[in-house]
Amino acid sequence: MNTAETDAALRTRALESLLIEKGLITEDIIDEVVEKYEKDVGPLNGARVVARAWTDPDYKQRLLEDGRATIAELGFDSAQGAKIVVLENTPDVHHLVVCTLCSCYPWSVLGLPPNWYKSYAYRSRAVREPRAVLLEFDLDLPDAVEIRVWDSNSDLRYMVLPERPAGTEDYTEEQLISLVTRDSMIGVAKIESPSK
Amino acid sequence: MTQKTDKNIATMEARIALPRENGELVFQAPWEARAFGLAVALNEKDLYEWREFSSQLASKIAAAEQNNTPSSYYARWVASLEELIIAQGLISREQLDARTAEYAIHDDHDHHDH
Repeated sequence: MNTAETDAALRTRALESLLIEKGLITEDIIDEVVEKYEKDVGPLNGARVVARAWTDPDYKQRLLEDGRATIAELGFDSAQGAKIVVLENTPDVHHLVVCTLCSCYPWSVLGLPPNWYKSYAYRSRAVREPRAVLLEFDLDLPDAVEIRVWDSNSDLRYMVLPERPAGTEDYTEEQLISLVTRDSMIGVAKIESPSK
Repeated sequence: MTQKTDKNIATMEARIALPRENGELVFQAPWEARAFGLAVALNEKDLYEWREFSSQLASKIAAAEQNNTPSSYYARWVASLEELIIAQGLISREQLDARTAEYAIHDDHDHHDH
């Protein structure tokens, strides 16, 4: 660790110990939060939402109308009470999610954001040149496809509902879940057809 | 063959393995996990609104990027948390500085390898 990192680590310990001494927090509560985000909350939650939307038209309709409540039906409560808007990708429109100011992200369905999502490069370029950014993720969209970029904030977070890939008509919900990737729900990837 | 443009995104965090895989490591060091847990737990205890933390974080990030300060994401996160906790009057800057200094001296005695 460099000096700044060492300092941040020390200050974190100091903050924690002072807040515990004041009775504002306990070590166990912090442990619980960390464990939850390290082990329980992740992109698998989002994959379940996507697979349900692909197989249940009523669920999908509700999901697009009220993301937060419809996601909560599967037991995933929105972190920090933020609203979640689900954006449906179609052959003509592709959605891409970013947080230009910091790192707002739909934790309850995707877990914590990947490092590139927090990077200056992604935050500054996703809005300015989404097509070039997507190319760097090896996603080459036809010119006719409209790209819409959505800037998240602490009260309003976005999740992409990717297109169901061809050749999955006979798949069960469980099989579909295994196809869904985190990146497809941020909008930097499509889901490949499994027959390819 | 897809056309390649600026490789900025792909290379800027090359230190971190598997930046595009599901299930990547969430925290790079144990203290990052503590800093994360602390900020979320305090919000869940209603000591502040998440948007207050979030806007503090956004301004720390903006300042660091404007000044080209190469601090890590979680270093900025802790700095934001600190500001917010001090502004809320939960602890004072003096208390925090003193405790940090104590730990620094303590660590220095413990480890002679740096």
